[in-house]
Amino acid sequence: MAKAAESSGEPGTTWPRPLMRDLKAVGKKFMHVLYPRKSNTLLRDWDLWGPLILCVTLALMLQRSSVDSEKDGGPQFAEVFVIVWFGAVTITLNSKLLGGNISFFQSLCVLGYCILPLTVAMLVCRLVLLAEQGPINFMVRLFVVIVMFAWSIVASTAFLADSQPPNRKALAIYPVFLFYFVISWMILTFTPQ
Amino acid sequence: MENMDDTSGSSFEDMGELHQRLREEEVHADAAAAEEEDGEFLGMKGFKGQLSRQVADQMWQAGKRQASRAFSLYANIDILRPYFDVEPAQVRSRLLESMIPIKMVNFPQKIAGELYGPLMLVFTLVAILLHGMKTSDTIIREGTLMGTAIGTCFGYWLGVSSFIYFLAYLCNAQITMLQMLALLGYGLFGHCIVLFITYNIHLHALFYLFWLLVGGLSTLRMVAVLVSRTVGPTQRLLLCGTLAALHMLFLLYLHFAYHKVVEGILDTLEGPNIPPMQRVPRDIPAALPAARLPATVLNATAKAVMVTLQSH
Repeated sequence: MAKAAESSGEPGTTWPRPLMRDLKAVGKKFMHVLYPRKSNTLLRDWDLWGPLILCVTLALMLQRSSVDSEKDGGPQFAEVFVIVWFGAVTITLNSKLLGGNISFFQSLCVLGYCILPLTVAMLVCRLVLLAEQGPINFMVRLFVVIVMFAWSIVASTAFLADSQPPNRKALAIYPVFLFYFVISWMILTFTPQ
Repeated sequence: MENMDDTSGSSFEDMGELHQRLREEEVHADAAAAEEEDGEFLGMKGFKGQLSRQVADQMWQAGKRQASRAFSLYANIDILRPYFDVEPAQVRSRLLESMIPIKMVNFPQKIAGELYGPLMLVFTLVAILLHGMKTSDTIIREGTLMGTAIGTCFGYWLGVSSFIYFLAYLCNAQITMLQMLALLGYGLFGHCIVLFITYNIHLHALFYLFWLLVGGLSTLRMVAVLVSRTVGPTQRLLLCGTLAALHMLFLLYLHFAYHKVVEGILDTLEGPNIPPMQRVPRDIPAALPAARLPATVLNATAKAVMVTLQSH
């Protein structure tokens, strides 16, 4: 693997500097989501790479490899994609209408990044599903998903709550709760064939 | 801006017009300034060119005005802002009031014209419908079911509101579209409660009890509000009978047919030969034939209801 180019514009470099810079920014934001503190890194330098990576990962993992119907892969991927982005847009519009002073893309950025805990839950669930199925299996997956669901909500609240008028925080957080609930439901009820 | 309780109902369009007029005035001022400079420069020779250019310009302006007006009317999010101007305490109190029918029907009762509560209730109903399909081992096609859930709930809210608004227009009832949306939206609170409880406790008797009690209370509340805003016994009967029937039947449909939609899609996509251990037993007997797809859901619904009624 070629090293990151120190000066741009040189022929023969395969890892240009802006790419490394963006990757580092995305990685930093992932860290901020995993350890949510009151900071505005996600808001100040928003980007949509992280949400895209997470959404694609989630949609790929939620696909089935079932033998009986070939057309399963397509709609599954598109449905998850549409639900995530449509849900994020709806929540953003709602928080703007309630009088929040956050911009459209900043809100999309925060909501997308806070799917990270649920993506981790999906990974864990897939690993757990490799073992034998049964009620204990289900309880373990339920516990993991609930913990990650709570983590997602706490993370997004830490970033979004400050942008709302103080007496309306609950009104803005409720649709976030519903959104992550639906995603958690999709993860929990997933069973590969 | 206070939630207005009047019957004008045209504030949406008025605000759009105002925005459009302000913007047009600016554009006209700029265009007039540009034309003056042009005319001085070209003199006599440019007169014909100027005329044709002016005509083309005017046509372009007219077309642009139309498109601009449509765009600013429907894509301007600020128009919806007054309908989301609520406090959590207000939403809470309106949720509780939606279950309490008021007996005073002599003068029009107040309806809060807000959209936050109804919209959140519709989304909550969608989430509850999805949660109602909790099965641990059965394969679920989340995409199709998600689309069905969203389509059902939003279709009911928007469609029935429009229909009742149309009937209200025929019956000379004093209600605006926004108020109808808000009324029906808050009426879904009862549905959410009933479905949340009965999806977790699968007892038919319990469902019927809740259907009558909770569903009935929220329907009575809506009916009382409509009666207070309508004059004439025939009109009242028509309007309120229709709304009561649709509201109660929708709850019945959600409880029974929604399981059937799930069964139908599962049967269609998985095939009928599934080992019994993979399916979680449901409260509807599995003796019904596999429904092909939503096209035959209605028949399956009728069959499900018949079988259920027979089994009691």
